Amino acid sequence: MANLNIVEALNLALKQEMKKDSKVLVLGEDVGVDGGVFRVTQGIIEEYGENRVIDTPLSELGIVGTSVGLAIYGFKPVAEIQFDGFIYPAFNQIINHVARMRYRSMGKYTCPLVIRAPYCGGIHALEHHSESMEALYAHIPGLKVVIPSNPYDAKGLLISAIRDPDPVLFLEPKRIYRAIKQEVPEKEYTVPIGKAKIVREGTDLTLIAWGAMVREVQAAADQVDLSCEVIDVRTLSPFDAETIIESVKKTGRAIIVHEAPRTCGFGAEISAQITEKMITQLKAPVLRVTGFDTIFPLYKLENDYLPNPERIIDAIKKVMMF
Amino acid sequence: MPPLKVSYLKNVPPIQKELKLSSVRFLQILDEQGNCNEKIKPKISESTLREWYKLMVLTRKTDEKLFVLQRQGRISTFAQVKGQEASQIGSVGALQKEDWIVQAFRETAAMLMRGVPPKNIMAYYGGDGRGSVYPEGTNMLPIAIPVGSQIPHAVGIAWGMKLKKEKNVCLVYFGDGATSEGDFHEAMNFAGVFQLPCIFVCQNNQWAISVPRARQTASASIAQKAVAYGFEGIQVDGNDVFAVYAATQQAVQKARVGKGPTLIECYTYRLADHTTSDDAKRYRDEKEVAAWIKKDPLVRFKKYLEKKKIWNTKYEEAIQKEIEGIVERNVQEYENMGVPPVEYLFNHMYKEMPPALKEQLAYIKQFERKKE
Ligand SMILES: Cc1ncc(C[n+]2csc(CCOP(=O)(O)OP(=O)(O)O)c2C)c(N)n1
Ligand SMILES: [Mg+2]
Repeated sequence: MANLNIVEALNLALKQEMKKDSKVLVLGEDVGVDGGVFRVTQGIIEEYGENRVIDTPLSELGIVGTSVGLAIYGFKPVAEIQFDGFIYPAFNQIINHVARMRYRSMGKYTCPLVIRAPYCGGIHALEHHSESMEALYAHIPGLKVVIPSNPYDAKGLLISAIRDPDPVLFLEPKRIYRAIKQEVPEKEYTVPIGKAKIVREGTDLTLIAWGAMVREVQAAADQVDLSCEVIDVRTLSPFDAETIIESVKKTGRAIIVHEAPRTCGFGAEISAQITEKMITQLKAPVLRVTGFDTIFPLYKLENDYLPNPERIIDAIKKVMMF
Repeated sequence: MPPLKVSYLKNVPPIQKELKLSSVRFLQILDEQGNCNEKIKPKISESTLREWYKLMVLTRKTDEKLFVLQRQGRISTFAQVKGQEASQIGSVGALQKEDWIVQAFRETAAMLMRGVPPKNIMAYYGGDGRGSVYPEGTNMLPIAIPVGSQIPHAVGIAWGMKLKKEKNVCLVYFGDGATSEGDFHEAMNFAGVFQLPCIFVCQNNQWAISVPRARQTASASIAQKAVAYGFEGIQVDGNDVFAVYAATQQAVQKARVGKGPTLIECYTYRLADHTTSDDAKRYRDEKEVAAWIKKDPLVRFKKYLEKKKIWNTKYEEAIQKEIEGIVERNVQEYENMGVPPVEYLFNHMYKEMPPALKEQLAYIKQFERKKE
């Protein structure tokens, strides 16, 4: 066991999978010599060489598009996109090929690749460096969308993603890359994709979040005199409705927290699933605490944009007083 | 129905017997020692030379100030321009006020030359959107962070100029790294096909963060890429303000008479880290940097001006003082702006604020604003 942050846990996962499987490749902008702008791939080129850790030309379309070919041809590319806001040049590849190669070739060709990208705000970043567009990707049939919220899960989920027979978009909450340290086993282990996690058990209400928002929700739960059940969704697609439904059956109340824009955010999907499956058992409407339907602002306004414990507690009060 | 008569159906090109690759020229007028090839140097008035020099110094000082502000936490990440001043001042120098400029994110010199005050740059990197509101008549689009994404915009503006039958041109800046993005190639292609008055200025500063120029393209030069799109490319010494000016001037003249686009590769160097979040020592040799420091565009230009008796230490002291004053005033003005009101989160999303946004604004106003 070692006390690691998310960056270190991801780094360890990559190194271990590269050691285990010579078909695993790491490619992206500045992932080699520089070790990635967040240092997630630090030291890997030294161990595995420039044929397996590839500093690519500055082209997201190229990175993802060639990864499709590499994956079809038997490799396991782990492509890094430097920031959330720069995935879009690759969007055509993701939606038209990555996500549907298995389907349209009737299973003959597959794309078992991983696209890693840091996402979310809260670090005083430049424009386009604070996006939370996970719902865009969760909306793409055929693509798995995974978001860890802590070092332990980060390692286990990334290993699962690399071993997964299907393409996985792996979004890393950059705000907490180094904010949380945790005991992370040295040995390989997996955390299953498609499984949410109850991070705190409770009976009064269910708080649902993912990524950096899990921490905000926990902080809110700490500050209220209620028994909150906190669920870390961990995988948006395929979505683990069961864990959430079971929890809300118990509590009868649910609040979903995400920093992505409100309209069509993944919270809307979760809310719909809860109400579809258990409208009669609800003690209060399902509420959402979210970012706004605005561009993610430059950083002097980012605290106004981001959900925080105060806003979550406000929603908790509304739900409890309903 | 008879087929529509369109010109491009008639102009079917003949089969080429032989592939002629126009060789790409390299232009240098002012060398590292400040020696000038006067025969090919364009005519530039003494007052313009002084103005350019002052702009170079203002750019350096602003850059240095931004760096200090960043290290003190008064602004956040930004990209230093140090080393690329001549590429920008020489190219903007060849434009008229009515021409347009589309920038990437390292164009501090071009912005200042165009009349964007330093406080705007401070505000933008200080996380305040008001920094992107430039004075009227600047004809310059705001900073574009997604690499290469701004290039087609310039082509569109140039297209508009052509459609309006104006004689204006649009100049766009981008880096060597940007030439790997589809945006670059698609924009170049449009500009060639429609023969647009667009000047593509690639500041090849040899690095895209940690990735060297050789990793971006197997081509010997970036300039030669223009050939594939059917127009001229030229490589110039990007640290030589005269060469950049001369090449841009030619390109502008050509564009104004409807002879289409030009790609200018300014061969230069990023003397600083990629941004304030970067540490270039991790990936590039200090010796390389040291060699390029000797080619510093500002020093070179100063040497020339000294030879021409335009520059002396007294003059330097005077402008240093003047410019320090300008920069300090701008810091003050930036800091006096304070934190933008919370409405700014919602304003300018649409011309008219939709009901959902009004509701969201009312909601956020119930909460006390969190301090940093
Ligand atoms: C589409 C996109 N991908 C990645 C990035 C991250 N990034 C910012 S600048 C940069 C390198 C740009 O290199 P170049 O075009 O040569 O310009 P320079 O920074 O050297 O001025 C990268 C990879 C980005 N901003 N946009
Ligand atoms: Mg560059």
